[in-house]
Amino acid sequence: MSSRDLILARIRRALTDVPRSETPADVPVDRGYARTHGERTAAERVALLAENLADYRARVHRTDAAGLPGLLARLLADRGARTVLVPAGLPTDWLAKTGSGTGSASGAGAGAEPGSGSGTARRVVDAAERTPRELAAVDSVVTGCAVAIAETGTLVLDGGPDQGRRRVSLVPDHHVCVVRVPEQVVDSVPQALDRLDPARPLTWISGPSATSDIELNRVEGVHGPRTLDVILVAD
Amino acid sequence: MPPRAAFPRAAAAAVGDARLRANLRHATHTIRAKRAAAVAELPDWELLRAAGAAIKDRTLRHLDHYLPRLEEAVTAAGGRVHWAADAAEANRIVVDLVRATGETEVVKVKSMATQEIGLNAALAREGITAYETDLAELIVQLGDDLPSHILVPAIHRNRGEIRDIFARRMGDWGRPAPEGLGDTPAELAEAARLHLREKFLTAKVGVSGANFMVAETGTMVVVESEGNGRMCLTLPETLISVVGVEKVVPTWRDLEVFLQLLPRSSTAERMNPYTSTWTGTTDGDGPHVFHLVLLDNGRTDALADTVGRQALRCIRCSACLNVCPVYERAGGHAYGSAYPGPIGAILTPQLRGTGTPLDASLPYASSLCGACYEVCPVAIDIPEVLVHLRERVVQGGQVTLRGTRTVIKPARGHAAERAALRAAAWAFDHPGVLRAGQRLAARTLRLHPRRLPGPGRAWSDSRALPEVPAESFRDWWLRTRGERDSHEQP
Repeated sequence: MSSRDLILARIRRALTDVPRSETPADVPVDRGYARTHGERTAAERVALLAENLADYRARVHRTDAAGLPGLLARLLADRGARTVLVPAGLPTDWLAKTGSGTGSASGAGAGAEPGSGSGTARRVVDAAERTPRELAAVDSVVTGCAVAIAETGTLVLDGGPDQGRRRVSLVPDHHVCVVRVPEQVVDSVPQALDRLDPARPLTWISGPSATSDIELNRVEGVHGPRTLDVILVAD
Repeated sequence: MPPRAAFPRAAAAAVGDARLRANLRHATHTIRAKRAAAVAELPDWELLRAAGAAIKDRTLRHLDHYLPRLEEAVTAAGGRVHWAADAAEANRIVVDLVRATGETEVVKVKSMATQEIGLNAALAREGITAYETDLAELIVQLGDDLPSHILVPAIHRNRGEIRDIFARRMGDWGRPAPEGLGDTPAELAEAARLHLREKFLTAKVGVSGANFMVAETGTMVVVESEGNGRMCLTLPETLISVVGVEKVVPTWRDLEVFLQLLPRSSTAERMNPYTSTWTGTTDGDGPHVFHLVLLDNGRTDALADTVGRQALRCIRCSACLNVCPVYERAGGHAYGSAYPGPIGAILTPQLRGTGTPLDASLPYASSLCGACYEVCPVAIDIPEVLVHLRERVVQGGQVTLRGTRTVIKPARGHAAERAALRAAAWAFDHPGVLRAGQRLAARTLRLHPRRLPGPGRAWSDSRALPEVPAESFRDWWLRTRGERDSHEQP
């Protein structure tokens, strides 16, 4: 007997108290819990997202479409980022003021040339052949997101064109995530799951990487990005 | 090596360790206050808790329906599913899968299931090095130590001890600790980051567990804080996940309940910093080979026990540890298992049986105060199961062991307890005898020992003997109210 058959046979023997006529649907699950915790206007929802993001030590910025390229350039410049990783499908105008050209990440950090914009970070476009070591040599990464959850201060990335592979938002030490508000913001976890496709690989991010393993003191950034900048862009 | 002494003896040593007790007290009290605040934010907590329990019950009662569905969905998404009846089989499967890659190193996400089966040791015997990448697990691994808490396995260590472990041992496993390493949490975390990054960037094989598996979609879910999980789940070419069969949930929608219950119960956060979900493999993103090893290892035996079955609802949040007065004083090592605290006291004897002195003693590692039940996000009635398992230990009876129904004998060492209870039952049925006994006890007060002799010694070693009052209740009643109520006496 295969272990599969053995385990399934054990399960059936273990469940002799379950009537044979019972179906899973016969075991009631009361879904009377809240779909959201509070009624909010769109503006209130975005404000709550900002508050909860900040509470978990993400740095929150607000702008509009016209202001986005300038803000991104400033955040990267303040950070001293010489290279910035971008998913292949990131809207090109986002980094219009950040520098020009794309380069290999392996040369990152050494002699990056200033671009035509106001910033100096050189763009490194992600691609399948980029090794983890190349990604680790990049200073910052900019992505979009799929949905943001106000009640928990969570960003969810689903690998869409402006988000790229799961690893890009992980390996560099500085992640800038752009959220379109209010359209990408939902109130709650149940609403977020409704919007997400389980067939795609998902990454839920709530604040920067953190640990509480040493005497339960919270320390930011053990393995993931130590700094998370979130830009809320009004439509 | 795991302590194999029965709980009272292991706990007695821990209770005498002042530093351990201070570390534990600080940690458990800190997190229990935070948890209460995080839970209070959700007015529908009790409804979520009931839904979480109900979803798990639905799953457990129809596990033979959901596991094949899960297998089908994972396979359709490009994963491969393996079934392991016990620890040895699971270890062999993982060893073979790693060998097939030609690699001799794996990076690991913290996983209770792989601790339970002793995977790291099994890999080491085959020449494969497993690197633990969770900060606390790294502290435990470098210190040749054992985890003592489900969520924060190095909770028994303070910063000075961690500094010493890093300075002494990091070089043996890879990049040494920086010169002059200090003991602030930030410095220690940075040392771990540098040490482990080398491993992440070169690892070809990752090993993980999972918090949830969704039957309808084949989706795996890992909940974490540090990002080491994301590293192990996405950078290697091959990913092997070892997951207990009870971790399946029926639908994608069910995650809406557990992703609210788990973080608030566990780390007392609205949401943990990182959650990863994946369904089979995705072209160009993450490992291109995914293996899921479904682990029984005693779970179907627990399933066969209609009272104990509820322990399989557990989502490993560790809230029960943080409120338990016994855990707080004894620490996690005394439980001799990957699962310490109240949940360990009911899970371990069900997964392993009650055949050893340690496993037979675990249902007694509790004051039955009920705090664990109050905080459990899936409403496991831990005290009920503890009492049920005590009965099994004392009385023996029918159980399922490795899938076979067996009648077990009472555990050794409980003969005196059984005799005492039988004598008590007889005395309560014979009021004259009871009265005489009580009067005798009251009149011999000065002669009472602080510890019982003979077979009762083990019992009184860990308990203060009750003081016998100078007069029994019955005598007091007769003396003060007897006249008035004498007409009611038979």
